[in-house]
Amino acid sequence: MEQAEISTRVQQQLGDHVVQAGEFQGQHWVVVEPPHLHEVLGTLKDDPDLDFNVLIDVGGVDYQGHEDDKDWRFEVVYQLLSVAHNHRFRVKCAVSSGMEAGEVAVPSVWQIWRTANWMEREVYDQYGIAFTGHPNLRRILNHDDFEGHPLRKDYPINKRQKLARPVDNLLTDDPEWA
Amino acid sequence: MGLESRLDTPWVATTIDSVVNWGRKYSLWPMPFGTACCAIEFMGVVSNRYDISRFGAELVRFSPRQADLLLVMGTITQKMAPVLQQIYDQMPNPKWVISMGACASSGGFYDNYSVVQGIDELIPVDVYVAGCPPRPENVLGAIVKIQEKVSREKTAAWR
Ligand code: SF4
Repeated sequence: MEQAEISTRVQQQLGDHVVQAGEFQGQHWVVVEPPHLHEVLGTLKDDPDLDFNVLIDVGGVDYQGHEDDKDWRFEVVYQLLSVAHNHRFRVKCAVSSGMEAGEVAVPSVWQIWRTANWMEREVYDQYGIAFTGHPNLRRILNHDDFEGHPLRKDYPINKRQKLARPVDNLLTDDPEWA
Repeated sequence: MGLESRLDTPWVATTIDSVVNWGRKYSLWPMPFGTACCAIEFMGVVSNRYDISRFGAELVRFSPRQADLLLVMGTITQKMAPVLQQIYDQMPNPKWVISMGACASSGGFYDNYSVVQGIDELIPVDVYVAGCPPRPENVLGAIVKIQEKVSREKTAAWR
């Protein structure tokens, strides 16, 4: 299915939940809000004509400084692929501005695609967006004593962190593996 | 008539320091701590064109317990810092450290949230090598500098 077709179909089926739809260079996306994220992504996966069985990546964007053209500060971006149909689609989750670190929350899509686990941990680590219902929401790239979320636009570029503590055993320290 | 004519075998008079230092400086055992592109350049230093074995330092050890020269080659992130510290602590005395390249020496152009701004925040460094990456000749130059330093060592100080 062409991306334009997918976009139209999503807007027809889930029109109430789509805040915005857009296109750039032939790539289409829809913007949804956190309460409807599960329904939209679940439909994209379960509808046999869409069948998005692979979550390629989850990314974060901080739009601080773009208040003129955005009503929200953060976006969490889901890149989807259907292997069977060989088509792709992009869903963005708008996260409202004015929220403090840790208060920004999006439902975890870990139950839909297991691969979301580490990807969401990365977005949490770098942007401070909490994923509710995530089984192991801890930092993944930065060390545990790191303060702040470095890819936020308001993170001071030359801020220095204290050094990491030695880790006794990477595996047993992690509840996922212990 | 000199003293030597009274002895059957040839002999020389020297100090323990000179003999030990002479042995040490031509048999440095490097521990390569390679974390980025500089480590690739080090492969050039070891292989035949530049040939680090001309300086007696070709026996690269991948166990810090068997090495006396720590070569830090590459970007050291904050998450890597405790590992580097531990590797250094595991090396037996006497030991020397070369910081190879801009990243290891100062953080290089990674002036950001995740990179240690020079390994001298973590461990003592004997020789810094400039460059990104340094030429193999520069690394050999650093080995020679370490050798000079080793030859000035006082063995008593290690006891
Ligand atoms: S100094 Fe340059 S070559 Fe060496 S590790 Fe850093 S970026 Fe790579």
